[in-house]
Amino acid sequence: MANPSAVCNGHLHYHQKQNNLLKSGISKKNGMMKGIKKNGVSNGSLYKKPFIEHFEQAPMYVAVFTFLSFGVGSVFGYLRDFMRAWGLEKRNIATEREQQKDFVPLYQDFENFYSRNLYMRIRDNWNRPICSVPGPQFDLMERVTNDYNWTFRFTGRTIKNVINMGSYNYLGFAETDANALKTVTKELEKYGTGICSTRQEMGTLDKHVELEKLVATFLGVEDAMVFGMGFATNSMNIPALVGKGCLILSDELNHTSLVLGARLSGATIRIFKHNNTQSLESLLKDAIAYGQPRSHRAWRKIIILVEGIYSMEGSIVRLPEIVSLKKKYKAYLYLDEAHSIGAVGATGRGVVEYFGMNPDDVDVLMGTFTKSFGAAGGYIAGKKDLVDFLRTHSHSAVYATSMCPPVAEQIIRAMKCLMGLDGTTQGLQRVRQLGRNTRYFRQRLHEMGFIIYGNDDSPVVPLLLFMPGKIGAFSGHMLEKNIGVVVVGFPATPLTESRARFCVSAAHTREMLDTVLNALDEVGDFLLLKYSRYSKAAHPELYEETRFELED
Amino acid sequence: VDIKSMKNYLYWLYCQFELITCACLMEPWEKLLFYSFNIALLVMMTYTAYLFIPAHISMAFQFFLHVLGNQPENTVSIVK
Repeated sequence: MANPSAVCNGHLHYHQKQNNLLKSGISKKNGMMKGIKKNGVSNGSLYKKPFIEHFEQAPMYVAVFTFLSFGVGSVFGYLRDFMRAWGLEKRNIATEREQQKDFVPLYQDFENFYSRNLYMRIRDNWNRPICSVPGPQFDLMERVTNDYNWTFRFTGRTIKNVINMGSYNYLGFAETDANALKTVTKELEKYGTGICSTRQEMGTLDKHVELEKLVATFLGVEDAMVFGMGFATNSMNIPALVGKGCLILSDELNHTSLVLGARLSGATIRIFKHNNTQSLESLLKDAIAYGQPRSHRAWRKIIILVEGIYSMEGSIVRLPEIVSLKKKYKAYLYLDEAHSIGAVGATGRGVVEYFGMNPDDVDVLMGTFTKSFGAAGGYIAGKKDLVDFLRTHSHSAVYATSMCPPVAEQIIRAMKCLMGLDGTTQGLQRVRQLGRNTRYFRQRLHEMGFIIYGNDDSPVVPLLLFMPGKIGAFSGHMLEKNIGVVVVGFPATPLTESRARFCVSAAHTREMLDTVLNALDEVGDFLLLKYSRYSKAAHPELYEETRFELED
Repeated sequence: VDIKSMKNYLYWLYCQFELITCACLMEPWEKLLFYSFNIALLVMMTYTAYLFIPAHISMAFQFFLHVLGNQPENTVSIVK
């Protein structure tokens, strides 16, 4: 377009501010977006690479059949409950005692009805014990049931080398290679396994101090604190940070640990639609304009709880927009990077690096070591004041046992490998391999015609199954082909959107992924799972090679 | 060969029916109950259709014939 300075009221200093304005998209002059003229798209400057997410809806007949199958299941559920109540069938379920028959009924709500009548029938697909390290392949203990999943019996046989598509082993650090675990074995021999104390009493070891410094350097923040359990990191620290009189704005699909921490804190909780910044902005506006519910005083603190990658959807948080909102409305941001630390970003430093943002923009960076580091535990990182406050006020620090030394050493060695401090490029290679595997897997699944949710760059791949009958059938067929998958139904997902969730790992080779994809092709054809209307499988005529004529 | 592929196709259709109606999750006696109910329903519907559809069609045909075909005679009779 024409010379921009001519457009804005003749203030020549607009030229120098050009770069800052382009980055934030908001000009200081009159609050209007002046960056538009240079870029053409007002929000185009926030995202440096395309942000593509898919949440395709299934065709109508799928919804009809899903409701039909739930209807039939419920009818038979009522029949079985009737038979159990009238003594026509043996009762294997939990019931109240004779003396409690006149009390308020305990087991008549929908969740118990569902678990007795629908979950029990396909229960053999969950809680399968494995007996090896959950690397790219594992060994499964074979189980059979004689009374339709009420009790199980181990046959004694193990199914060997089942391809693992369910473990959160994104970078492949769950390994038993003696060379890799050299330092961990050394620390195990030096410290043993037990800590027998909490952080504030005698449970702070030099290993914890070393680990915390390393985590802080890795993330690019001032300080960090580590805890023994990832779930407990969220549920025990959010109550320390917020209390009554504060407002929590939490995403619709947040993990149970965040929900539990928010409820324990006693603050007011408001939910915004999943990854929807318009919904969040309207909630923020209302919060600032109306204040607390009855007194209309200003909120003491407004905190936004989001996750880096949502594990059931595979979607990545819209971090640049949320950070700009938080700066505009002066709220705090708590980012839970349980699945995204180590898994996204050019060097594995999480969504903050993935979007190219400054870690100082996020007030509380939380993550877990369970997923990408092959260990257990969680961390909270941020400014030194925040972490010092948590060292004194967190429930976990006061009451929970601290992380044990071999686990801390495993995290230290994994993190050093990722940062390249061990002298090799193995860490970077793992991150790149994960990125390649993710893109290949997702692209092939889209081509085959399955409905896949989530962002193109997230290693969590949910494949939609929809009908409850197909959940058990899918899991069973894949196990026959020696592939272990995780299927999820109600109540972890909405009632009609049951899915199979794949977790791609850097340890998977191209051959393993091809085996899985071929098996998925066959099973998808047999069970009719290829619902997508936008895939190449659905419209082959659009993707035919065009004819060309050779020149003589 | 044709019969074998036909049988495979029919078996596959039966599997789809089982998946869609959750019949694959049922115990054998439940399946018996469910299938007998479905078959009874289907048989009753076919029997009712066989009995009543020809009669309904001929009645509908006569009605339309009466309304459209015999119109001039009707109006003439009313005027008289």
